[in-house]
Amino acid sequence: MSALITRVNPYLAVLGVGWLVPILKIATGDSPSAQLRELWQQLGIPVVALLLFLAVWAGVAARIETSLGGLPGPAAVWTAAKSLVVEHDAERTRRAEFYARQETRNAEALAENPDADVRVRRYTGKPTYFDQILTSLATVFTGFMLGALVAVPLGVLAGLSKTVNAAINPLVQIFKPVSPLAWLPIVTMVVSAVYVSTDPLLEKSFITSAITVTLCSLWPTLINTALGVASIDKDLMNVGRVLQLNWLTQVFRIVLPSALPLIFTGLRLSLGVGWMVLIAAEMLAQNPGLGKFVWDEFQNGSSESLARILVAVFTIGIIGFLLDRIMLALQAAVTHSAHR
Amino acid sequence: MRHLAPVLASVAAIVAMGAEGEQLALEQDELKFGFIKLTDMAPLAVAYELGYFEDEGLYVTLEPQANWKVLLDRVITGELDGAHMLAGQPIAATIGFGTNARVVTAFSMDLNGNAITVSNEVWRAMKAHVPVGADGKPVHPIKADALKPVVESYRAAGKPFNMAMVFPVSTHNYELRYWLAAGGIHPGYYSASDVSGQIGADVLLSVTPPPQMPATLEAGTIFGYSVGEPWNQQAVIKGVGVPVITDYEIWKNNPEKVFGVTAGWAEANPNTHLAVVKALIRAAMWLDANNNANRREAVEMLARPEYVGADEAVIANSMTGTFEYERGDARPVPDFNVFFRHFATYPHYSDAVWYLTQMRRWGQIAERKPDDWYAATAKSVYKPDVYLQAARLLVAQGLAKESDFPWTSDGYREPTGDFIDGVVYDGRSPNAYLESLAIGLKGDDLPSAAELVTAE
Repeated sequence: MSALITRVNPYLAVLGVGWLVPILKIATGDSPSAQLRELWQQLGIPVVALLLFLAVWAGVAARIETSLGGLPGPAAVWTAAKSLVVEHDAERTRRAEFYARQETRNAEALAENPDADVRVRRYTGKPTYFDQILTSLATVFTGFMLGALVAVPLGVLAGLSKTVNAAINPLVQIFKPVSPLAWLPIVTMVVSAVYVSTDPLLEKSFITSAITVTLCSLWPTLINTALGVASIDKDLMNVGRVLQLNWLTQVFRIVLPSALPLIFTGLRLSLGVGWMVLIAAEMLAQNPGLGKFVWDEFQNGSSESLARILVAVFTIGIIGFLLDRIMLALQAAVTHSAHR
Repeated sequence: MRHLAPVLASVAAIVAMGAEGEQLALEQDELKFGFIKLTDMAPLAVAYELGYFEDEGLYVTLEPQANWKVLLDRVITGELDGAHMLAGQPIAATIGFGTNARVVTAFSMDLNGNAITVSNEVWRAMKAHVPVGADGKPVHPIKADALKPVVESYRAAGKPFNMAMVFPVSTHNYELRYWLAAGGIHPGYYSASDVSGQIGADVLLSVTPPPQMPATLEAGTIFGYSVGEPWNQQAVIKGVGVPVITDYEIWKNNPEKVFGVTAGWAEANPNTHLAVVKALIRAAMWLDANNNANRREAVEMLARPEYVGADEAVIANSMTGTFEYERGDARPVPDFNVFFRHFATYPHYSDAVWYLTQMRRWGQIAERKPDDWYAATAKSVYKPDVYLQAARLLVAQGLAKESDFPWTSDGYREPTGDFIDGVVYDGRSPNAYLESLAIGLKGDDLPSAAELVTAE
């Protein structure tokens, strides 16, 4: 039993629930005092620190008076979060009513004229907070995937060939530090000029934000992939040569598997960067996601605005944390398989 | 005859019920309209919330925009089908100032609704020059004469006196300029090569998006601003500034926002355009019905985060017919927001001509234009025929009264002297009007700094 616990330990740590281990060990009767100390270390201290943070926040917030009222404390933010859920439910009710009205209207039109052209139009109400979270996730994944599709092959080429590496290195160094705010106007104009369609499948603002995410997030993947490929054991490459594998087979059988751990390190960094720049991109591109939510609330300037923005801050943070954990888990998985 | 009226009304109602099934043949029924978070977007919110759009078979999405430039650009590129616009925007776009695209309007959204706010510090300095009435309160309207010594003292101390408005072709810019110039303060000229609008200026005007006005004032970047509601009342309630004058006092019942679409869109979707205008007229009627009886409900709608989003109390301040100047000094201004009375929604050519005269006055139009150019430009942007067609349909459906609309108007309001300086405006003779304004370009004047020296 305790051997099993030791085996699952790294996986639990990756998932961020490493503190389960001491509890499991206590359950199996493994020296309780040592495990309790471990539990305190892993779970107690973070919880106490969190409570301390909340207390300091509540104390400081009460003293800061802005023109939009006091800086909201934890309680106000919690209330705002609950009201966002209530608003979400109310909006869903309105949506149901909208479709019901439309159905009646369509039925009437059909009754009057059986050949009438009836369609179901999409709901015209506002996106709720949860819709906005989903839009943000969809945008960041689109941008991130586009980035990965460009960065991984390019990185493999750069890692395999010193010439390619020397050619793209200056470009990478120049573009890597550019902020999304600098890209956005250019991307906006290019998307408006190039993406012309009378019935667009995707909103322009969505594409603009996604491409901005791509431009800012592809660099870590590119650099790490190149590094990973370049540092493959020379013996392995020689084996490939001896076996006279063709180039593609070499890439897929030898290069990619050996470079996977670093590629995933790059992807993980990229997703983190992408999520961070997305909010800025959405604010300016008016893509209906969390960034726009923050911007709209700032514009509203109501007495609840700051609390609602803080809810978004925590949402952004928690989602960013979860995304990172997922990537870390994937990274751990491929690292293990690569080492087998 | 009196007995006949109810009968006629019920006949009209029956006709209406019959007519309701016969909706206009819409070219497009899913539309997206943009707006800026200001109380005068109300007709759009009301038409949506009360189902007036759906009554016309229109499925409309309303979307707040970041600022006036983004809004106009998105209408021009077709991302938005139409939008709540500054009256100057379709006109400026059409004559090629700022951008170049044909934008038209068949519906004026409201009259009045703006004010000028100054920072607490400036107000304290101004107050010494404002006459006090028998009740111990400052006498309104407050002229810019009271601001002049303050501006002079800032300039003497070497500090630029900055004020903000919302857009170069906004009503707010022209109103602020009008008020300043009427008090002998020069707001500066635009020229073809210098679009800052600060040539020869005593007060430096710059652009800030409406919702950011109070925060920018509080930060000390600007000393005052001209903006629509609720951003003046917001300054009072947050204690960051004092509104000194409403635009109702600068020019009684001045035209404000319009509903703008591109000329291309209007030509491709004539029936949809009519249907939209019908819904908006109904919304405007509702907003002004029974002496503003519905305003409370409208305030509740506008306070929702997806529309204006400011606190209800702030929006209610001006929407319900009062206006709070200094904190505690609330005065009745029943016509502060007019949505339908005084034929507010009819797109008057004379309104467009007034904006054109102000563009000429401040150099946005760099050279002299003949009177008939003003009339022709107004005609190419304002579309009263579409408006009256929509009105006719509403009357036929029994949803509006014959007397609600100026059927026989030639598009020009009567000449009026309802300005703070009493200068009479007649839309039929714009050049003569420009001559009658003391500060500003007229005749063949060029907006150069040298010109200014000789003018003084």
